[in-house]
Amino acid sequence: MPLDLASQSQDAGRGAAASNRLAVIDSDIHPAVKSLADLRPYLSNRWWEYANTYGFRRKHGSATVEPYPKSAPLASRRDAWPEDGGRPGSSLELMQKQYLDPAGVEIGILGPLGPTGQGDLNLDFSAAMARATNEWQREAWTKRDKRLRSAIVVPYEDGAASAAEIERLGADMSYAQVFCLTRSSEPLGNRRYWPIYEAAQRYNLPVAFHVFGTSGHPVTGAGWPSYYIEEGAGHSTSCQTAVTSLVMEGVFERYPKLKVVMVEGGFAWLPALCWRLDKLFERMRSEVPHLKRRPSEYIREHIWVSTQPVEEPENRRHVLEVMDWIGWDRLLFASDYPHWDFDDPFRAFPAGVTPDQHRRVCAENGKAVYRI
Amino acid sequence: MTIEGRRIVLFNLNGEFFALSDTCPHKGGSLAEGILTGLVQSDGPGDYQHSRAGEIIRCPWHQWEFDIRTGRSWCDPRRLRLMQYEVSVEPGANLVQGPYVAETFKVSMEDDYIVVDV
Amino acid sequence: MDYSGGIDCDVHPRVPSIKALTRYMDSYWAEAVAVRGIESFETIAYPANAPLTARPDYRQGGERPDEDAGQLARVLIDRHGLAHAICNCLYAVQMIRDEHMANAFARAVNDWIRHEWLDRDPRLRASIVVPIQNVELAVDEVNRCAADPRFVQVLMLALGEQPLGKSMFWPIYRAAEKHGLTIGIHAGSSYHHATTGSGWPSYYLEDYAAQSLGFHAQVGSLIAEGVFVKFPGLKAVMIESGVTWLAPYMWRFAKFWRGVRLEVPWIDRPPMEIVRDHIRFTIQPFDAPDDPDMVRRIIDQLPSEELLLFASDFPHWQYDGDAMLPAGIDAPLRRKILIDNPLAAYPRLGGRHAA
Repeated sequence: MPLDLASQSQDAGRGAAASNRLAVIDSDIHPAVKSLADLRPYLSNRWWEYANTYGFRRKHGSATVEPYPKSAPLASRRDAWPEDGGRPGSSLELMQKQYLDPAGVEIGILGPLGPTGQGDLNLDFSAAMARATNEWQREAWTKRDKRLRSAIVVPYEDGAASAAEIERLGADMSYAQVFCLTRSSEPLGNRRYWPIYEAAQRYNLPVAFHVFGTSGHPVTGAGWPSYYIEEGAGHSTSCQTAVTSLVMEGVFERYPKLKVVMVEGGFAWLPALCWRLDKLFERMRSEVPHLKRRPSEYIREHIWVSTQPVEEPENRRHVLEVMDWIGWDRLLFASDYPHWDFDDPFRAFPAGVTPDQHRRVCAENGKAVYRI
Repeated sequence: MTIEGRRIVLFNLNGEFFALSDTCPHKGGSLAEGILTGLVQSDGPGDYQHSRAGEIIRCPWHQWEFDIRTGRSWCDPRRLRLMQYEVSVEPGANLVQGPYVAETFKVSMEDDYIVVDV
Repeated sequence: MDYSGGIDCDVHPRVPSIKALTRYMDSYWAEAVAVRGIESFETIAYPANAPLTARPDYRQGGERPDEDAGQLARVLIDRHGLAHAICNCLYAVQMIRDEHMANAFARAVNDWIRHEWLDRDPRLRASIVVPIQNVELAVDEVNRCAADPRFVQVLMLALGEQPLGKSMFWPIYRAAEKHGLTIGIHAGSSYHHATTGSGWPSYYLEDYAAQSLGFHAQVGSLIAEGVFVKFPGLKAVMIESGVTWLAPYMWRFAKFWRGVRLEVPWIDRPPMEIVRDHIRFTIQPFDAPDDPDMVRRIIDQLPSEELLLFASDFPHWQYDGDAMLPAGIDAPLRRKILIDNPLAAYPRLGGRHAA
């Protein structure tokens, strides 16, 4: 007798969407260039030539493939390759037809990944690429589909240059977030990154920390794992490192209006981290006198988590519990389109999520975060 | 293809035909958009036993693997305590076929037509 | 609360001075330590006066109870009527870069444990400290100490240079499996590289918090590398890990596995089952609110009640008073945590595999 998993997820919001036409806010969509040539209009001659001569150089030493080869080409859904031959995510038309329109996306927050120059060893190149990527997003995406919002991609290893880029674009309301990666050369609360947060706060822009990045360190302090499965499962650890550092360095004391989104790390790790940090703080708050509140309080006030990939325990009651513990107001739906482990807003959530909860996660909570 | 409202995907393995429901039981991906692979089994770390080329369909989304011949999945996401499993006895194999089944349909050939019973 | 008969799976004897070790070294090393002025090997994992490192009541008066077996008995084992306590010595052997020096110190630590602790209290058991810098030497040390049935475990650290599932470490697991020794992975680092995936955090608080992330990686590594396929008789205990991170991590790992199975086809069953059958977790610290209902719910998310092992983490300050188990654990589960689970996790506790 086949087990019917599909019905488990069918009722989560599906009926609601049909009758209420849920206006989905998607916190993680990945547009892609067809090739570097798409960025040519936005790169100076000097940097175009540099890119074609010395290329992208990151702290894993690989010229082309990712250090951990994926399990599907470009880590993408196999049905998301446009017919014009570009990469998944490079065709607005396909993205609209395949995802934005049928899912009822009203606001889609973009987060470009590679090649963006983030984490490049050459900081000036990183800054030039960030700027080009941000121009490209506006010209090729948000101008052509008003549902989309761009990210201000920043060369985060250079705090001052990042602040300058935020300054350049912050008043443009078609940009909805500042975009960084979780695996940075130093923990993300470190003072070298503070100019980013200062500028973001000034423009009321949330700072998104999307998993990945090339810090030059293995994903945890346990050393370089062998397999993609370990690296992928390890993304949640990079989120935890970032959250811990942001809290412990007092970033939220210094920037009390700052909003942070942890993207593509799932969410179920968050309560255990809060409990751990609170216990440690209780024991050793003398080390961090700049903190006036418990870690979990800072987290609850300043940090949101995107839902993808929604964790799937054997007993779905467990993930519902976790969502209760996090708070239904702190969760932001994300699809991660066009990646293979993407979440559909009407299938991703387990049965037991009420229509009201589903609406909050998929259509409401983002309004408090993204300058909508 | 859609027959009587059901999405069905048809496979031709060297003249043998198999029809499965096109809808992945995980999150509803279309199996017809997936790719065919061989079966990968293993006796232990570093041992890769590759067989049955083209007889496994991978869902294009979360990449679950289904055996075209039987419709059964090749991972075992949930083990119910009272479930009886079919264990395939193949040389050196320990892999247990999973309980998830893609719906199968009887297929026959009639005068150069492929007939699918739904 | 009644802990009588309990098996404490994590106590930390403290080496009082390097002289306590040199007396067990051969003449070359004993003299080299003096000639070269080597004072001590200690990491920053537990700064001496940091609150977490020792409870206030263990700091009062003269002698530290973690430096003397008699004191340990008085404040912990006699006090609670424990059946056994397993000594995990965290002297920083793993930090040493000279593999021969590491070997000399590992051997000295194990001999010191034997004479100053195991010989002085028959209830005590211990982990074998190994020079992981050289796997062959580590195997030699495992074989040497395994002859003494009071050694029940091989001690490794959560943050090291290579994830512990890797095949370079398999000779150690082969030896452990043969002798019925459990693998104990304890919080701590060799500090040979940064403690997080984003480099070195500023605060000790962060450093300690990061230990749980190392445990994520070690559980993932042991499973992904097929260690328990290779060594089906082996068990591993995650010691001082925090515990409550486990279920969310395994949900994520399992979801990935369903899609990328072809990369690691020797994982032939749901990863959570592998945890259930082969991996255990000491209960202090237990990162959870002080709320019995929450504790029950969190424990319910674990794949089985057999996972949890009683531990005080003596002398670290993880709990107040005598609350070594979080409230919310009912009597049958308490018995499992205190006695049954540790006995199952440590085959040599029951007296089997004697020399």
